[in-house]
Amino acid sequence: MPEEGTEMIDRVINSRGFDNFDFRYIGLIFVILGIGVLSIYSVTHDQGVAFPFYAKQIVWIALGTVAFLVMWLSDYHRIARLAYPAYAIILILLVVVLFEGKSSRGAQRWIPMGPFAFQPSEFAKLILILTLAHYYSEAPRVGWLQRVVLPGLLVLPGLLLILKQPDLGSGLSFVAVYAAMLLMVGMRSKALGVILLFSLMLFPFAWEMMWGSLHDYQRQRIMTFVDPVYDPGGKGYHALQSRIAIGAGELTGKGLYGGTQSQLKFLPEGHTDFVFSVFAEEWGFLGVLALLLLFVGLIWLSLEIVARAKDQLGALLAVGIICMLCFCVVINIGMTAGMFPIVGIPLPLMSYGGSATIMTMASLGLLLNVKRRRLSFF
Amino acid sequence: MATAGLHDSELGELQRRLIILRVGLLLVVALLGLQLWYLQIREGPYYRDLSENNRTRSVIMEPARGLIYDRNGVLLANNVPSFTLYVSLEEVQDRDLLIDQLSNLLGLDAALVRNKLTARGNKQLPRKVKDRLTLREATLVESHRLDLPGVMVQVESQRNYPGGATASHLLGYVGEVSPEQLEKPEFADLHQGSIVGQYGVEKFFDRLVRGQAGQKSIEVDAVGHEKRTVVVEQPHAGDNLYLTIDVRLQKVAENLLGEESGAIVALDPRTGDVLAMASRPGFDPNILSRELTPKQWAEIVQDEGRPLNNRASQGQYPPSSIFKVMMAAAALETKTVTPSTSIYCNGGYQFGRRVYHDWKAGGHGSMDLRHALVQSCDVYFYTVGQRMGIETIASFAHQFGLGEETGIELPSERVGIVPSEAWKQKAKNEAWLPGETISASIGQGYVSVTPLQMASLIGTVANDGVTFRPRLVQAVMDRATGELQQRAAVPKRTLKLRPEILPLIKEALAGVVKEGTGTRAQSALVTIAGKTGTAQTMALRTGPKKDIPKKFRDHAWFVAFAPVEAPTIAVAVLAEHMGHGGSASAPLAKELIETYVKLDLPAPSGVIAGAVAREGDAGGRDRDDRPGD
Repeated sequence: MPEEGTEMIDRVINSRGFDNFDFRYIGLIFVILGIGVLSIYSVTHDQGVAFPFYAKQIVWIALGTVAFLVMWLSDYHRIARLAYPAYAIILILLVVVLFEGKSSRGAQRWIPMGPFAFQPSEFAKLILILTLAHYYSEAPRVGWLQRVVLPGLLVLPGLLLILKQPDLGSGLSFVAVYAAMLLMVGMRSKALGVILLFSLMLFPFAWEMMWGSLHDYQRQRIMTFVDPVYDPGGKGYHALQSRIAIGAGELTGKGLYGGTQSQLKFLPEGHTDFVFSVFAEEWGFLGVLALLLLFVGLIWLSLEIVARAKDQLGALLAVGIICMLCFCVVINIGMTAGMFPIVGIPLPLMSYGGSATIMTMASLGLLLNVKRRRLSFF
Repeated sequence: MATAGLHDSELGELQRRLIILRVGLLLVVALLGLQLWYLQIREGPYYRDLSENNRTRSVIMEPARGLIYDRNGVLLANNVPSFTLYVSLEEVQDRDLLIDQLSNLLGLDAALVRNKLTARGNKQLPRKVKDRLTLREATLVESHRLDLPGVMVQVESQRNYPGGATASHLLGYVGEVSPEQLEKPEFADLHQGSIVGQYGVEKFFDRLVRGQAGQKSIEVDAVGHEKRTVVVEQPHAGDNLYLTIDVRLQKVAENLLGEESGAIVALDPRTGDVLAMASRPGFDPNILSRELTPKQWAEIVQDEGRPLNNRASQGQYPPSSIFKVMMAAAALETKTVTPSTSIYCNGGYQFGRRVYHDWKAGGHGSMDLRHALVQSCDVYFYTVGQRMGIETIASFAHQFGLGEETGIELPSERVGIVPSEAWKQKAKNEAWLPGETISASIGQGYVSVTPLQMASLIGTVANDGVTFRPRLVQAVMDRATGELQQRAAVPKRTLKLRPEILPLIKEALAGVVKEGTGTRAQSALVTIAGKTGTAQTMALRTGPKKDIPKKFRDHAWFVAFAPVEAPTIAVAVLAEHMGHGGSASAPLAKELIETYVKLDLPAPSGVIAGAVAREGDAGGRDRDDRPGD
């Protein structure tokens, strides 16, 4: 039984348990998670309810750790084989949420589950990565049709359902993951890939320049059109309060609980989408630099995993997850710092949210799984 | 594993492309870092300022206005707690939405709310949107607080006049400072929504009564809950005023006029103290101190009775026969006549082609000065007026305080008209006609006076020629120190008349009540001297005497002082369109004087020493030869 043999060897190779790499990787994740909990605690510690947000977030992290371990220790080839059925299920859930979902601030994104709510669009991101990675690696894809158009059609129904909610943030992440996958494997021409990837990454900054040249009312019209959920007053209140919070942190910050913007609730959504602003106000530029370095470190280690991946499926999974992570971090920080319009993208590992936390930790587990399986035999 | 091999070549390609991701990542992170550096380091102090302003909110603490009492300490104006709705502009997220919400919730006019929120002025100070919220409205706003960012309800003191319409023209009313007022230097320390006196004593003494606003700097959260008060600058309450009026006398004066238009002024001639000053119709200052809609305002302003007009100090009427008091003094002083000079009255005075009639058809017969006053003979005064000429008449009228402000401490006092050749040239650009002197001699024609001037004139006669400036406020109490500051009576002028003249005139005025045109002012309680007047309106002189619509009928005048021997009260009554002074106004003056006597007020304090001494002398002398009536 070759299958059993492979697994036995595998188990032997990994019998040493954590190696140094795993330790650093997992350590970074939990440090960032800890910073997130601290910032959520700072905003919500006086919430006055039995089960405040920071406590809930710790529960989510615990559940996320389970997801992390499951994704880490299973065979990612097996997980990938479940991609299509999982994608079908998530599409059904996305349809369900449109009809049965819970509304909040004008968007219908949640499926109520007892005291909690489940956000299918978060999980859709990971499942999309799995689906695309599985698609490219299951057979050699040749020609424009197979490399670009078909995977595009695969992405489309999920994308449309998410935009219908509306959830512009998740929709953009969807497009970003597809584009990243396309450029890493879909495009034959390296030069074209380089140009497209760079322009994709720099698009937000170009967008900022374009966006900045518009009049307020023009921006407002565009934003009301694409995402009416944020900034209901259309006067840039959220964006302004967030910029004030970050700027007021100055070099060393106002200290824990010292952030008046968040403590006095001028800053809305301080525990979710704007958790970075809370952190920046309390810890200043030095704290922000440290946090950026932590994220860069985590992504750098992840890129190592891609570099040492032994099969295309693993590499593609890893690239997809990395791109999604980068995209979310950059867009979230960029929007809180006033570079982009406010779209609803949480900061991975830091923003409060069950679905997002579990999904992100599951993704990181899968990423580490790729490294663990790097010595797999064929 | 053939496909796997193909895949592996693609794997290698993918891994080679990783460099793009690495470079891209560093680039993007560097740009983020740059933006954060810009926000936190370069613009950091700016945003820190913004965040400080964000959490502290300046709240004006309106001062309590000073209280107003009458001379006996009866409360005339106080403050009651009331809810006021403010909007903090900086915290408003969606102004249009808020205007909608507020107008729906409280039934306010949306345009009005918008005006308040968009008015020019300091944007950091909360805007007052509505005062005198009912408890229900206040609760409604509080319960919707989360949906109404920037809206707050404060408990403030509101002006209240316990007496309602009593002494309305004297007290005045308060209102929000207008944009025009805010531009003036005397309102420089005020802000939109500040309450200032807009009429009467409230306006004239606003500086004293207003007090000084304080300021709270409170730390608030985003929905406006107060977390901590950071700095407090306590407001200073305004000074209390003690008026000279006696509210009992004031009410009697107002009731005497009843539904008729007119004015009654009662002064203490020894000090100028205003004992009562009634003007009808009146208004309820409690209503006017509220914020009125333009429609409500229009109704008040266009009211035919002109209730906002203080007829006592702003109504101008021909003095008619009251003028003869001054004319008699002038004629004696200029030696135009002596007390015994006799002039025959046949009921008319021929001048050129025109005959000037006496009010009594057929005439009074032979008249000396005393009888001319007692009977109010027109022909006698036509004659002496014609002999003196208009310039002499005018100069004596000025001495008696006509054509000038009495100096009462009320806004917008009117001065009336003392005609002269120069006046007519200036006002009408026409030469003076000799016949006009004749009309002026009996206080008709161009001459006009206010009831207050008439009260002051008869008070001057009563007080042996010394005019006191009418005084409304006798004491001011500084609320911070509790110090009560008395305000002295201010002598204004002494008539330049030979000493025998005024006693003669006073005796004649006593005769008016005893045996002349003013017998209906006779009182069993006190001796009263007075003079009647019947002021013809312009329309009447050309029209027939019967079936005249009321608005063209004569104004009834009566001026009086009492007791004759030692006067302590001087009264002027003007009843618009009520006909003869002797029948319509004299009884009112009598009623008022009798009420005053029954009140038995203590002698005024703060009277100038000389005036007290003279009062004592005169009283002693006159009591001896008091006629027994």
